[in-house]
Amino acid sequence: MNKAEQIEIMDGRKMSRAMTRIAHEILEHNGGADSLVIVGILTRGAVLARKLAEIIKGIEGVEVPVGLMDINLYRDDINFNPDQPVVRTTEIMFDIDEKNLILVDDVLYTGRTIRAALSQMIDFGRPATIQLAVMVDRGHRQLPIRADYVGKNIPTSFEDNVRVYFEEQDGKDEVILYPAPKKNSKEK
Amino acid sequence: MKLSSRHLIGLEGVPKKDLELILDTAVSFREVLDRPIKKVPPLRGKTVLNLFYEPSTRTRISFDLAEKRLSADSISFSASTSSVKKGESLKDTVRNIEAMKIDMVVVRHKSPGVPYYLTQCMESNIINAGDGQHEHPTQGLLDIFTMRQKYKKIKGLRVLLVGDIKHSRVARSNIWGLKTLGASVAICGPTTLLPYEAERLGVDVYTNIDEAMEGVDVVNILRIQLERQTAGLFPSQREYTNLFGISRERLKRLNKNFTIMHPGPMNRGVEITNEVADSPESVILSQVTNGQAVRMAVLYLLSGVDDKETPTA
Repeated sequence: MNKAEQIEIMDGRKMSRAMTRIAHEILEHNGGADSLVIVGILTRGAVLARKLAEIIKGIEGVEVPVGLMDINLYRDDINFNPDQPVVRTTEIMFDIDEKNLILVDDVLYTGRTIRAALSQMIDFGRPATIQLAVMVDRGHRQLPIRADYVGKNIPTSFEDNVRVYFEEQDGKDEVILYPAPKKNSKEK
Repeated sequence: MKLSSRHLIGLEGVPKKDLELILDTAVSFREVLDRPIKKVPPLRGKTVLNLFYEPSTRTRISFDLAEKRLSADSISFSASTSSVKKGESLKDTVRNIEAMKIDMVVVRHKSPGVPYYLTQCMESNIINAGDGQHEHPTQGLLDIFTMRQKYKKIKGLRVLLVGDIKHSRVARSNIWGLKTLGASVAICGPTTLLPYEAERLGVDVYTNIDEAMEGVDVVNILRIQLERQTAGLFPSQREYTNLFGISRERLKRLNKNFTIMHPGPMNRGVEITNEVADSPESVILSQVTNGQAVRMAVLYLLSGVDDKETPTA
């Protein structure tokens, strides 16, 4: 991909401030950290989940349990794609019943990943609430789903690509918008 | 990711990357079995036929549960209560059942080659659940999965298969899979129960159990198939037990951190003593649990390969 086609939406400092704000919002909304559990959707939702848990520990001194979830078995397009998605391991080593469960992902887009995650969560137990935290909300929902905590709202076109990068995973903290290649207007 | 074949007939010739994909996927399905609700939706709407022409407890229940836990609909067929009794041929039987719209077939049959034959006359994905003396690929995979669970990798392991190698489809699937993944494999049994030209399988061949046990990490003890022992291939059970039965005393020559495996059903007191079967090194029940995860992985991955042009292995 051409360098010129990248737009930096957030750098590491902006991301860090957004995560701190989200952590505070979660604590405020849930009256502290005691009832919380955090579940991150693999791969980058899981990274963000761990970071949020770390920030919450710094604020409240409470270690919030963090789980990881692979949603591929619950996808709604599993019969549409000839390649089966690679199934990774879900690790939720704690009870989610009656907890306030914070579901975490990096980008909220069509909402289909979150739908799959919700179906999977219901099979694991019955949390008191499920709340959604994302680093980026880029719109274009295809399902009635919204986020409770958002790092940044980004207006995008349907064909654009938004990627969130984390130091732990990618060696840099950055949110990048890759605009869809411009179609030649004369051809149209 | 997908497998290079839409059927699983045997482990012979299956590329390393396919074996690794199945084993890695099985790790994720193994976790599903520890969940409160042990059911996931990826095979919703698929129908799987379990076609069992031979008796089976473990494999049949294991496949049936694996299918149900993937949300597939499964139907079971047993030859003894069907129109096979009226003389209907295998081909007619399966084509009639397939006309009722099924997607996958799990087949066990006493004749080697039946699963392959089904790939030629059916559209469904075919999984071999044991065909005569040929192969039992999901058993081979679950044995390898269980070894990998303990030792993290297969490359460099020394694995010994003891017993009736000649009639054992489990042995053959183990040998092919283990060799592809880089293990060193030895077999040991009475000469009459070893395959002709066994060395050509690429394994070390022993007829003395104590020599064979030297430096081994995993001992996979095969069942003496009493129901197939009509030809008098060894003089008596008692003699077999004395010469090849695995007792605590014999384990001394193994490597530290060794593992005892058995595909079941066990003839306690014949090929394995109670003491060894119930020892802490025995992973026989883990093998059974892992079998389900491996079968879920195979069903899941094969259901994705629906390209009818893919060659069969």
